[in-house]
Amino acid sequence: MKRAKVNQGEDLQEYKDVYVIGECLDGRLHPVTLELMGEGRKLANQLKRHLGVILLGDGMDEALEHLQDYDADVIYHLKHPLLKDFSTEGYVKVLNDFIRGNKPEILLIGATSYGRDIAPRLAGRLGTGLTADCTKLEIDPADGKLLQTRPAFGGNLMATIICPKNRPQMSTVRPGVMERAHKLAEGKAHLVTVIPELEPKDIRVALVEKKPPAKKQVNLIDARVVVSGGRGLKTPEGFRLIEELADVLGGEVGSSRACVDAGWISHAHQVGQTGTTVRPEIYIACGISGAIQHLAGMSEADYIVAINKDPEAPIFNVCDYGIVGDLYEILPAMIEDYRKRKEEANHA
Amino acid sequence: MNSIVCIKQVPNTNEVRINQETGTLIRDGVPSIINPDDRNAIEGALKIKEELGGTVTVITMGPEQAKAALREAMAMGADRAILLSDRAFAGSDTWATATILAAALDKIGETDLIFCGRQAIDGDTAQVGPELAEFLDIPQVTYAKEVVVEKDKVRVTRYGESGDYIMEAPMPVMLTAIRELNEPRLPHVRSIIEAWEKKDIEVWTMEDLTIDPTQIGLKGSPTNVFRSFVPVREKQSEIIQGNTPREKAALLLDRLSSQKLV
Ligand SMILES: Cc1cc2nc3c(=O)[nH]c(=O)nc-3n(C[C@H](O)[C@H](O)[C@H](O)COP(=O)(O)OP(=O)(O)OC[C@H]3O[C@@H](n4cnc5c(N)ncnc54)[C@H](O)[C@@H]3O)c2cc1C
Ligand SMILES: Nc1ncnc2c1ncn2[C@@H]1O[C@H](COP(=O)(O)O)[C@@H](O)[C@H]1O
Repeated sequence: MKRAKVNQGEDLQEYKDVYVIGECLDGRLHPVTLELMGEGRKLANQLKRHLGVILLGDGMDEALEHLQDYDADVIYHLKHPLLKDFSTEGYVKVLNDFIRGNKPEILLIGATSYGRDIAPRLAGRLGTGLTADCTKLEIDPADGKLLQTRPAFGGNLMATIICPKNRPQMSTVRPGVMERAHKLAEGKAHLVTVIPELEPKDIRVALVEKKPPAKKQVNLIDARVVVSGGRGLKTPEGFRLIEELADVLGGEVGSSRACVDAGWISHAHQVGQTGTTVRPEIYIACGISGAIQHLAGMSEADYIVAINKDPEAPIFNVCDYGIVGDLYEILPAMIEDYRKRKEEANHA
Repeated sequence: MNSIVCIKQVPNTNEVRINQETGTLIRDGVPSIINPDDRNAIEGALKIKEELGGTVTVITMGPEQAKAALREAMAMGADRAILLSDRAFAGSDTWATATILAAALDKIGETDLIFCGRQAIDGDTAQVGPELAEFLDIPQVTYAKEVVVEKDKVRVTRYGESGDYIMEAPMPVMLTAIRELNEPRLPHVRSIIEAWEKKDIEVWTMEDLTIDPTQIGLKGSPTNVFRSFVPVREKQSEIIQGNTPREKAALLLDRLSSQKLV
């Protein structure tokens, strides 16, 4: 295979439109798909271009039907039996052919473990740059280039990256950060089915088995309230208290990495740079110091509440409301008081 | 079974400080470490060597001081270490870095397994591994949490948000290691001394490699840093004052309900 090159002085004007690659594995549409569409629409409007959505796979009619209710100019379904299961090589081959044919100016992919697997390989094959895990995208009003902003050094620094001489401008976008697409007031988005060329020999890595997730799915991304526990809990049993508060407030349980590393709770609950990014209305951090890597995953919450014994804990610099105190005294009091309020409201 | 492990020396981001005025990194006094995921990659390769024989080569692209990372890897048990260092490499983004690594791996020749870390904690891009695999035209499995070599195939358990996938790949293949793969060993004092006193590090420059100079360094990198800045927060924090835990809890709930949050 001939390797692609960058900076070949190609005519960049040929590249138009904004495309996003949705994620739908095993028939389940990943929420990042709608976030990419929302962000893609914003960029497309600014550039006065069209928004195209690409979905790969086979046997996912329900997901496609659902997507058509949302705002996009075209949904391209790359349909092939060999795309039914995820494979880096199968996905990259058909995406490369499709992108070379359609020439979008901007291409967005979710920064999930699958997006981050295919995106760099695709950028390598297309001969263009890629910016990882972006949290903000803007169009430069001066010349229309894409400004891709992302955290570096564990969130200590933000960097804005550009890809001036190659197209498409590619970014992976952190899940949970961008606003979701709007539903169409009426009608359906236009669906185009594309049958790509793909043969079994194009895919060298075989999927032999899918393992279902160990426990009940944790849905931190969609949660309105997240109550998180940290090393300040001291023991794994402390999470019972966190669960109880999350329960009464109708929220989900999150955790710092310290507790995940200690084996107190599964990785699925971890919030932060190497865990999940959450954007709830309320985030309650209990016994969490507020390390930069933890903040990277929750600082976009509308309201942050911190409960910590140590008045100097950095978490107090980022919270809206803070309580200096022992979580083992504060949380039971909160649970009791909140239950009482709810009962009174029911009687009133 | 011969493996190559690509490692990167990075500043420990837990101790990184930023110059608020210039928005640049203060590197003075910040310890450099082997990128955490890369230590899992080294351990993964060493385990396979111990089980099936063969060699482990570690390679890094970086300045002279990155030799310390290679020495540490040799102290862990790597057989051979190569530093890729040349002025022309400076300013490389992931594309250019993968281009240079691919040229070096071509020169090393026959390999069964290529290990990278999932991502480096300085940039967190997770791009170099897959780009390298693409340039070498070999298959890849990222997010590896279990690796078992079976005759001429590798069985890899790959982490996924909604459950793991078990994949089977032919060799050579590029794998990226995550923290769950293993517990990296700590080298013995004796092996540390040996790595510093007895073992050699090969240094390769542009002249040793077949590389298109338009594809590397700052000029060959498709992405550029347009600007960098320190994230600012303009939040007003209120520390809730009260005499008892009950009082504090009640005041907090008052605040939240007045904002219609609970
Ligand atoms: C590459 C890298 C990636 C990382 N990714 C993540 C990530 O994704 N998510 C993440 O969370 N971390 C991450 N970390 C780790 C991070 O740096 C911190 O080590 C971690 O967040 C600390 O967890 P903690 O706040 O629970 O523990 P600690 O820092 O130990 O803090 C415990 C806090 O509890 C308080 N406390 C103790 N007892 C009580 C009590 N009875 N009542 C109230 N408060 C009490 C203490 O005052 C202290 O502030 C990462 C680190 C690295 C190097
Ligand atoms: N300069 C480098 N030299 C050798 N390996 C590297 C270098 N940069 C990145 N890598 C490898 O690529 C992985 C991913 O890095 P990154 O794409 O920068 O997040 C790292 O964990 C290393 O295994």
